[in-house]
Amino acid sequence: MSARCIRTPGTHSSTISSVTNLTTETQVAPTRPQQTGAEVFAPVLPVDLRVTRLAKSFAGTLIFKNVSFGLSRGEAVAIVGANGTGKSTLLRCLMGLIPADAGAIDVLGTDVRGAKSSDLRAMRAQMGLVSQKHNLVPRLSVLSNVVQGLLGQSPGIRHWSQSFAPAASRAEAMAALTKVGLAHLASRRADRLSGGQSQRVAIARALVGQPKILIADEPTASLDPAAGEDVMDLFFDLARQEGVTVIFISHNIDHALRYGDRVLGLADGGMPLDARAKNLSAQDLRGLYD
Amino acid sequence: MTDASMPARYERPSALAFLGYAAAVVIILWSFAGAGFSIDKEISSPPRFADFIDRAFPPNMEPKVLARLGWKMLETLQIALAGAVIGIVCSVPVALLAARGLIAPTWINQVVRTGLGFIRAVPDIAWALVFVVAVGLGPFAGMLAIAIDTIGFCGRFFADDMEAADKGPSESLTATGARKLDVVACATIPATMPAFISTSLFATEKAVRSSTILGLVGAGGIGIELKVGFDLFDYPTAMTVILMIAVVVISFEYLSGWARTKIIGEQR
Ligand SMILES: Nc1ncnc2c1ncn2[C@@H]1O[C@H](COP(=O)(O)OP(=O)(O)OP(=O)(O)O)[C@@H](O)[C@H]1O
Ligand SMILES: [Mg+2]
Repeated sequence: MSARCIRTPGTHSSTISSVTNLTTETQVAPTRPQQTGAEVFAPVLPVDLRVTRLAKSFAGTLIFKNVSFGLSRGEAVAIVGANGTGKSTLLRCLMGLIPADAGAIDVLGTDVRGAKSSDLRAMRAQMGLVSQKHNLVPRLSVLSNVVQGLLGQSPGIRHWSQSFAPAASRAEAMAALTKVGLAHLASRRADRLSGGQSQRVAIARALVGQPKILIADEPTASLDPAAGEDVMDLFFDLARQEGVTVIFISHNIDHALRYGDRVLGLADGGMPLDARAKNLSAQDLRGLYD
Repeated sequence: MTDASMPARYERPSALAFLGYAAAVVIILWSFAGAGFSIDKEISSPPRFADFIDRAFPPNMEPKVLARLGWKMLETLQIALAGAVIGIVCSVPVALLAARGLIAPTWINQVVRTGLGFIRAVPDIAWALVFVVAVGLGPFAGMLAIAIDTIGFCGRFFADDMEAADKGPSESLTATGARKLDVVACATIPATMPAFISTSLFATEKAVRSSTILGLVGAGGIGIELKVGFDLFDYPTAMTVILMIAVVVISFEYLSGWARTKIIGEQR
């Protein structure tokens, strides 16, 4: 399956330079025409996520400030940047897992910074997160870990473990495991997996709830090159065919440019890069790491 | 990274820390004085101890006495086990409330932790006295004393274990939109299970040790035999009781150590 040939050509009303000043215009997410060939100027799909002038520091150390961007439905976005520039921190802020210091975050119509915890949970139930460190629950089986990915939609004891889970949930979890090619390890304990296997289980756990927004923190970091391509192809298909908004962090410049419609770059406490991938070269991205 | 200097091997104590150490030494010496530490008594006690040993040996090995003490010992172990199990089970919800940043707000953590501190501050034998007053003489009072003592111990350590658990899995489950309680049940508790088992086994060992003296205040178990033995100057029987307790306690520690490796050793 070649990801490159399914790429829709970018046809957009907004112009984007590789280094944007974050004015109000550039915060508006470029709207993307549907695959079916919608008209260029139709404001097609709703905006799923908007971040405005976000700032975050830890114990007085600024991580980033003035970060603004918007994503529309079905868009695949790569976030790049050197180690420690705050990519993972940004994703945590998006899901309300840690508080931001300033700015506004709107995800699927939820004001993340001001939301009640029940609203936050409802929002998160429509999202999937693959953490950088996989974060599987040790001592539980792979299948139980994936079933727990449904806890947001169906709270309660039946989704604590695969043993209590309704047949439908077990089947969904198996389907998610099949997607990442690990169905045969369903009953293995999560702490007895190889690095790449545990990463793929984490991906299955994020996919099982059929999220509208999928957030993946270096989803291919532990994967061999072939498995990495498979996973990226899988994400890309989700974005193209099911309209899932995909945000992924990657240190793989090739992946960022090939699988991202857009690339956001973090550096020097801000986001100096927000550009269409097709307008970027590998050289542009390397500049970020200097 | 040119000016990243190598950290010192040992940190030099500050003047304040030095004063602290000096104060600690003074307090320790003062404590010896307070405890009536005297060289005279140190010198005179070995002969008196030898005298006791002389009168206590050989221990009373009459079959009738052994049978009676054996049954009492069994009762003691039953008190310990029943009390420990009740205490361990009750400790889980208590620990959930005591653990910071888990499900309860900070003020509840503080209140519960203070309560647990109070339970631990009161010695087990004092709890036994309280329960003897409350429910009357006998093993039930002893079991309650062991249970409450276990809650003080396990509630605190379960809570500490849960606070120390890796936050990653909890964060990832929170990100699925799960409720706090579900996150705790699915991520925190499974991750903490080895520590729970280890703590519970320690608590049971502790319960076995405590249960042997509850009888001193009439809360059931073999302790009463010890008291009677000393009161009647029947030192050989008292010696039998002491040896029996030692054998049981030490065997139980071995047993629990073996169980610990069996249950969690290789799985950790
Ligand atoms: N909980 C925390 N407390 C204090 N500092 C933190 C915390 N989490 C992250 N940091 C710091 O914030 C900065 C950004 O961390 P973050 O994990 O977001 O980086 P990253 O861009 O994801 O890096 P990498 O590419 O290595 O994954 C780092 O300097 C890190 O040390
Ligand atoms: Mg990171």
